Amino acid sequence: MAVMKKKGNKGLPPISTASLPDVIFMILFFFMVSTTMRDQELLVRYKLPEATEVQKLEKKSLVSFIHIGQPTLSMQAKFGTAPRIQLNDSYRTTKDILDFVAGERDKLSEMDRAQMTICLKADEGTKMGIITDVKQELRRANALKVSYASSKTLGY
Amino acid sequence: MADIAFLLLIFFLVATTMNVDTGLVRVLPPMPDPNVKQEDIKVKERNLLLVFVSGNGNIMAGGQVIDIHQLKDKAKEFIVNAYDDENLPEKEIKEIEMPDGSKRAFPVSQGVISLQTTRDTGYQVYIMVQNELTRAFNEVRDNLSKSVFHGKKFDDLQDEERKVITSAVPLKISEAEPRNMGKK
Repeated sequence: MAVMKKKGNKGLPPISTASLPDVIFMILFFFMVSTTMRDQELLVRYKLPEATEVQKLEKKSLVSFIHIGQPTLSMQAKFGTAPRIQLNDSYRTTKDILDFVAGERDKLSEMDRAQMTICLKADEGTKMGIITDVKQELRRANALKVSYASSKTLGY
Repeated sequence: MADIAFLLLIFFLVATTMNVDTGLVRVLPPMPDPNVKQEDIKVKERNLLLVFVSGNGNIMAGGQVIDIHQLKDKAKEFIVNAYDDENLPEKEIKEIEMPDGSKRAFPVSQGVISLQTTRDTGYQVYIMVQNELTRAFNEVRDNLSKSVFHGKKFDDLQDEERKVITSAVPLKISEAEPRNMGKK
């Protein structure tokens, strides 16, 4: 009886936290492996179109991004809602693509230059006019490998 | 210990993104040299499948208005030309080196799918059409790969085997020159 009484006074024993670091480290390593560094701030909003036959972009270092879409909400007061092209960290026009591609190409080693891929991240509501202009500029800049970014679905 | 781990965890949560970039990969044709006079490349009518996407998203392939769901089969029929129809692309018998060093003849279709849009066409429709065309090519490649490489799908092939299939079924989608339809 005395034993029972003693237990009742003590209440629940505290949960051991000795394994907490291990658990957290495990989650940490999961995130370190499965994520990539966020490299640039987006100034445009886009919802990628969906496709079933997508291919993964193999080497991240060989890929340069061109974002096309409406300015983000905070930028709309200044820039309106017409679709914009974002290169690096600012709004640009199609005329700047030549320089952009040249700059990106300079960053790569000579061996990799032929492998350079441009990833076009455009909103699904964009008109083809602007996309075509960008494509023509890319041809002019001789950056011929293009990936039309789209999210994978199982079908529609 | 746990605090440090938490700190690192939160840093990684904030500084990284999860998504893997996927997309439809295409190779654009090089810009023609303005100094060199261009000769018009004559493509026989039977070797060309014109896919046109209008401003309001209607799709026309080979002179007929069709639904997006019919497009894949239409494209496949065009690429394969199983019965050697006179109105579908010609084939050229091409010797392709197999991974084991031997040579094997493949009938390679001369067909080109030309994809045209207006400036008003939505990007989404365009991607859907590109996707259907890619799917047509992928299915044709899968079929060929299954018959040549003992039931293996195209995705499961080794690099060299894949090269054989890719040269036997080249991805010929021409999307070069935009068409200025209507007012600009």
